[in-house]
Amino acid sequence: MSAKQRKAVALISGGLDSMLAARVVLEQGVHVEGINFFTGFCVEGHTHAIRKKDRQRLKRNNALWVAEQLGIKLHFIDVVDAYKDVVINPKHGYGRNLNPCVDCKTFMVEKAHQWMCANEFDFIVTGEVLNQRPMSQRRRCMPIVAAESGAGDRLLRPLCARHLPSTLPEREGWIVRERLHAFHGRSRTPQFALAANFGIEDYAQPAGGCCFLTDSNYTNKLTDLWRARGDRDYELDDIMLLKVGRHLRPRNNFKLIIGREEGENNFLEGFRNHYTNMRSLSHSGPLALVDGHVDEDDLLLAARLTARFSQGRDSESVCVQINDRDGSCRRMDVAPLTRDDVPREWYL
Amino acid sequence: MPVIRLQNFVSGASSGDVVEVLCTDPGACSDIPAWCRINGHQLVSIDDQHDELVITVKVGGLMQRHP
Repeated sequence: MSAKQRKAVALISGGLDSMLAARVVLEQGVHVEGINFFTGFCVEGHTHAIRKKDRQRLKRNNALWVAEQLGIKLHFIDVVDAYKDVVINPKHGYGRNLNPCVDCKTFMVEKAHQWMCANEFDFIVTGEVLNQRPMSQRRRCMPIVAAESGAGDRLLRPLCARHLPSTLPEREGWIVRERLHAFHGRSRTPQFALAANFGIEDYAQPAGGCCFLTDSNYTNKLTDLWRARGDRDYELDDIMLLKVGRHLRPRNNFKLIIGREEGENNFLEGFRNHYTNMRSLSHSGPLALVDGHVDEDDLLLAARLTARFSQGRDSESVCVQINDRDGSCRRMDVAPLTRDDVPREWYL
Repeated sequence: MPVIRLQNFVSGASSGDVVEVLCTDPGACSDIPAWCRINGHQLVSIDDQHDELVITVKVGGLMQRHP
């Protein structure tokens, strides 16, 4: 009688580590399928293609690409709403910026565990490497993630498993522990060597990680959003817009989001109906969204700022069209702000 | 991402159903074909209509449940 083929669900980020972890388990004859979470903060996705200068770059979702290279299925899970609590109230706190890495990993493993149970899989695979990163991959955090996610000893970390207590798949003989790895620390040399051993030559190496919450430019804008609204909450549109354009806050009650080039203007066009917006009519210039509650004096300042970023910045007057959210529109002739009129503190 | 919207829609569809995706994200041109290949669905066509893409997919086998 042949042994039942075991099934593992692997968290696939699109990077090398999760790719290798899944491959190591595949090599042991386990059926593997991938899972990828969409939080809204992922660097992966369509924002790569927003800016015109990026349009010629290869556009691929690396998680899908990895799954295809491995010959496994990939399932996307939209966790935008459920993930809010992780970002807003992380039990284990933030890293250097607003990155709640321990809570994030726990959340994702918990979701993977739910998926595993619903689909009758046997265990979960992650690409974690002991002490590679300063938060969730520290030795003391790894058991926390396993316990608080509910995955317990059904969570296998093939790249560093030999540094950790044996898991259920190892004890049950579904996985041979000796064929797992003992990677640790920040050096990527062992991963590169393993990739070469598998004949993997092409893989994503995101310079800034895979999450906008580790990016101070991004999190400064998120912190400003929370401060301005007096509420640590967000909608998907908010966090998508934080990735795009110049953000300037001239007054506490409003900020402007100004497209930096054609690709961003096109992207911002999709949000026009949700925001008062403005654009120079007399000169070419960007689309600007007004985020906040504004009065007439605020609109005048916003129009002068919008004119500052148009081709009419050195003109005496620029005609700006203002579109309200109710669909009404009007025109305003304004003097563009000068460079000295725009303090650095306005830039978020 | 269009591919996620497509996945979620297809999870409630039947094998053989034809789904048309309308989107503006150029990344969908690579994501959706890759998603079809790895999940056993058939990419029927990609029609680039200036600022809108129309991507047609024929649903293959059954999808997993997503709790």
